[in-house]
Amino acid sequence: MNLRGHAGRIAALTVIGTAIVLPLVIFVLGPNMPPGKRTNAGSSQVHDNTVLLVVMTPFTVFILVYILYAVFTFRARSGEELRDGPAIHGHVPSQIAWLATTTIAVLFLAIFGSAELLASNGSGGGSGPSPLTKPGGSALPVQVIAQQWEFTYRYPTYGGVETAQLVLPVGRQIAFHVTSLDAIHSFWAYELGVKADANPGVDNVAFVKPKKTGTFQVRCAELCGLWHGYMFDTGRVVDGAQFATWIAQQRQAFTPVQKYLPKYASSYSPDPEARAG
Amino acid sequence: MKLRKLIGFNLLTAVILGVVGFYVGWWLGHLFKAESLDYFEDTGQNDIALFIAYLVGVIGFLVGLGFANYPVQRLLGKPASLREKEDQGAARYFGLCTDHKVVGMQYLIGIGAFIFIGGLNAMLIRFELITPNQHAWNGNNYLTLVGLHGTMMMGMMSSGIIGPFANYLLPVMIGARRMAFPRVEALTFWLLMAAGVILMTAIGFGGFPTGWTGYAPLNVQANMGMDAYIAFFALVGLSMTLLGLNMIATVITMRAPGMTWGRLPIFVWGMFTTSILMLLAAPVLISVLLMVAMDRTAQTGFFNDAAGGSPYLYENLFWIFGHPEVYVLALPGMGILLEIIPVFSRKPLWGYKLAVSGMLGIMLLSFLVWQHHLFVSGINADLRPFYMLSTELISLPTGFIFVAALGTLWLGRIRLAVPMLFSLAWLFNFLIGGLSGVFLSDVPSDVTTHGSFFSMAHFHYTIMGGLLFAFFAAIYFWVPKMTGYRLNERWGKVHFWTMFLAFNSTFGPLLVIGFLGMPRRAVTYAGYLQGANTWVSVSAFVLGASMLIFLANFVYSLAFARVPAGANPWGSKSIEWQLPSPIPLHNFDRIPTFAGDPYPYGVDAGTSQRPMVAPARPTP
Repeated sequence: MNLRGHAGRIAALTVIGTAIVLPLVIFVLGPNMPPGKRTNAGSSQVHDNTVLLVVMTPFTVFILVYILYAVFTFRARSGEELRDGPAIHGHVPSQIAWLATTTIAVLFLAIFGSAELLASNGSGGGSGPSPLTKPGGSALPVQVIAQQWEFTYRYPTYGGVETAQLVLPVGRQIAFHVTSLDAIHSFWAYELGVKADANPGVDNVAFVKPKKTGTFQVRCAELCGLWHGYMFDTGRVVDGAQFATWIAQQRQAFTPVQKYLPKYASSYSPDPEARAG
Repeated sequence: MKLRKLIGFNLLTAVILGVVGFYVGWWLGHLFKAESLDYFEDTGQNDIALFIAYLVGVIGFLVGLGFANYPVQRLLGKPASLREKEDQGAARYFGLCTDHKVVGMQYLIGIGAFIFIGGLNAMLIRFELITPNQHAWNGNNYLTLVGLHGTMMMGMMSSGIIGPFANYLLPVMIGARRMAFPRVEALTFWLLMAAGVILMTAIGFGGFPTGWTGYAPLNVQANMGMDAYIAFFALVGLSMTLLGLNMIATVITMRAPGMTWGRLPIFVWGMFTTSILMLLAAPVLISVLLMVAMDRTAQTGFFNDAAGGSPYLYENLFWIFGHPEVYVLALPGMGILLEIIPVFSRKPLWGYKLAVSGMLGIMLLSFLVWQHHLFVSGINADLRPFYMLSTELISLPTGFIFVAALGTLWLGRIRLAVPMLFSLAWLFNFLIGGLSGVFLSDVPSDVTTHGSFFSMAHFHYTIMGGLLFAFFAAIYFWVPKMTGYRLNERWGKVHFWTMFLAFNSTFGPLLVIGFLGMPRRAVTYAGYLQGANTWVSVSAFVLGASMLIFLANFVYSLAFARVPAGANPWGSKSIEWQLPSPIPLHNFDRIPTFAGDPYPYGVDAGTSQRPMVAPARPTP
C-alpha cells in the first residue's frame, strides 16, 4: 500500500541517517566539544554535551528527513489545478508514539543532567553560598572579587593576600568564592569550565580541579557597565612548587599594603565614599 | 481650506501636545526640592523631572489623539459617540480609530518602522564586531546600541503578530464585527508608538548601559537614558496588558453562533494563549520597573545590597515576566505556522486537539521555568534540578506543535508559495533553536553557554527564526487580504531565500562562537574568533539587505503595481477568505453561523462541514 510505502521509506532514511551521523557525533564531534578536558568540570561538561548530542540526533534526523521527504514527494505539480489532500484529522497511534518517545527522552535528559550536576559538584557552575554537594578532602579556597571593571583574587589560606593575577596549582581541588563590590558580574574561566555570577553581598561557590598546566582566559560574562568588554585577564595553572614560590612572592610584595585592606570575609560591604578618599 | 482639516484630534495635535506636555512635566519636575536630591543640581541629572516629563508628555499625546473626549463627554452628561473615525478615508489612519481593521494596519506600519530601527541597531553592532578591538563606537555608544536593539525588538515584537494580524483578523475569524473594547484596542497601539519614541530619546540622555534585561544595581547607577528604558518598558507592559485583556474578552464573549472552542481556528488559539501570558506577565514588569524608578528617584533600596535590598529580587521579578515574555514571542509564530500549513498542504490541521493542548501546555509551563536564567547566579542552587526538569518539559508541548505541522504535510498537496516557504523555514529554524535550548537547559552544559553568544544565537533562532519568519509568512499570506493587492511572488521568493540563507549563515556560526568562549555584549573579543566574527558580520549585512528587498517589494506591489488579489488568491477555506479584499467596514452584513471543522479540506464543498457564512456586503 502506498501509505505504508511512505512511512517505511521515512523510517528507513531516518535509521540510515542516524547510523551515519551518530558515530560522527560520538567519536568525532563529542570528544572535541567545548570547553575541553583540562579540568574535572570541563570533562564533565564535554561528557554532558556528548550525551545531549546523542539523544538529539535521531529526533533531528527524523524531522529533517520527514520535512524534505514530504516537500519533495507530496508537492503539487506546477500548473496542476487546486485539489485537496485526504481529510486526515489525526492518527492516534503515531500521536501516542511521539508523546511516549519525547517524554522518555526528556525525562532521561532531566535525570541524567541532575545526576551529572550532583556527581560533578556543580560542574564548575556557581552553586550558591552552601552547595548541596562538596568534593571530599580539603579544597584550596580562592576568593574572586569582581568590581567595575576588574577581577582581583584573595587567597585566605595564605594570609588573605590579594593580587590581580589568578594562579592555581595543578591537581588541587579549588573552591572559588565569587563576590562583587558593585554591579553583578560573572566570573567566566572558559578553559577551566567555570562560570559563577558575582553578586554584591553574596558568596557564590564553584568547585574545579585543574588536571593540566597552562594558561586560561578569564572574562566577565554579565553586562556590568561601560568597560564590560575590557574586563578580562589571563590566569595560569602551574605545578605545586611553582605555585608555592609564586604565592610567597605575592605575600612579600603585598605585605606593605595588606594593612589597608579589609579583613578577609565572604563578602564585603562597599563603601564608595571611603574608597573615593 | 485644506489646513483647517489638520485642526482637530489627530496625530499632529497629539505630537504638539506631547512635546508641550514633555516640557511642562520637565518644568514641574524641577520644582521638587529635598536635601537628598541635591545631587540633581550637582550632576545635572534630574530623574524625577524626566519621569514626570515622560508622563505628562504621554498624557498630552493621548489627549491630542482624542482619548479624553469620550470620558469627558460622559462626565459632562453629553451623549458621546461610541465609534470614532471609522469612515474617514486616509485620515482615519492618523488618529484614534475604533475600527479593528484600521488598528491592524496601523500596527503593521508602526511596529514595522520600529522593528526596522531595531534592525539598523543590529547592523551597527555587527559593524563594531568586525574586528576584535574597538574601532567604531565608544563603549557607551556600543552598549546603548546593544540596549536599544534588544529593548526595541523585545518591546515591539511582543505585539509584532498579535498587534497587526490578531487585531485585523481575530474578530473576523470568530465571526465578530469588532473587538470587545475598541477604544482600548486603539489605546494599545498609540501607547506603543509613544513608548517607541520615548526609547529613542534615550540617545539624547546619554543612553543606557544595561542591555534589554536592565539588571540591578547597574540600572540604578546608570545615567538618565535609563529612565527612557523604564518609561518605554512600562508603557509597553501597559499596552501588552490591555491588548491581552481585550483579546481574551473578545475570544470569550464575541464568538458567533456555532463557533465553539473546538472550532476556533488554531491562529485564534495561539492569540488566546499569548494574551493570557501577556495579561499575567506584563504587570510584573510594570511593578518591577516602578521599583527601579523608586530606587532612582526616591532613594529607596529595593535592589541595593547595602540598604537591605537584593539584586536577586530584580533578577527574579524580571524573569518571572521575562520567561513568559519569550513565549509571548513564540506562541503567535506557532499559531501562524499551523494556520498557514493546512492552506498550502490542502489538508485539515492534523491533531487539532494535540496542537491546542501544546499551546496550553507551553502557556502553563512558561511560568515555572524562570530561574533557568539564573543557573550560575548562586540563587536557589539546590532547585536547579527542578528548573532543569520544568525547562526540558516545555519541549513536550513544543513537540506537539511540530508533530501537528508534520502530520499536516502528510499526503498533502504541497504548494511552495512564499508564505509556505516561510512556514517551512520556521520549522527548520525553531528546530535549531529548540535543540540549542537543550544545551542551555542542562545545567552542566549551561555553565559554559550561559551568558555567551551561544545563548544569544539560541534566542535569535527562536525569536527571529521563529517569530520574524512567521511575521513575514503572515505578511505575504494576509496583506493581500488586508490591502486587496498581491505582493510580487518572484521578489517574495528572492527575499525569502536571501533572508533564510543569510539568517542561518549569521546565527549558525554564532552558536559555535559562543561555545568557543565569546561573552555577550562585550565590545572586544579574543583574537582567535576574528575570522568567524567577520564572516558573521558580512552575513548580517546580507540579512539586513534582504529586509530592503522586502521593503522594495512591499512598496512596489502596494503602491505601484497594484495587482488586485481577488477575494481568495490562495484557495483557502477559512472564513476571512470568503469575504471581499479588503474586508469591508463592519465585516459582515449578518453575523455568520459556524458548523464543523475550521479546515474543511478534502470534503465536498456544500456539505455541512463547510463554515456557513452569510454573504458579505460587496466592497464599496
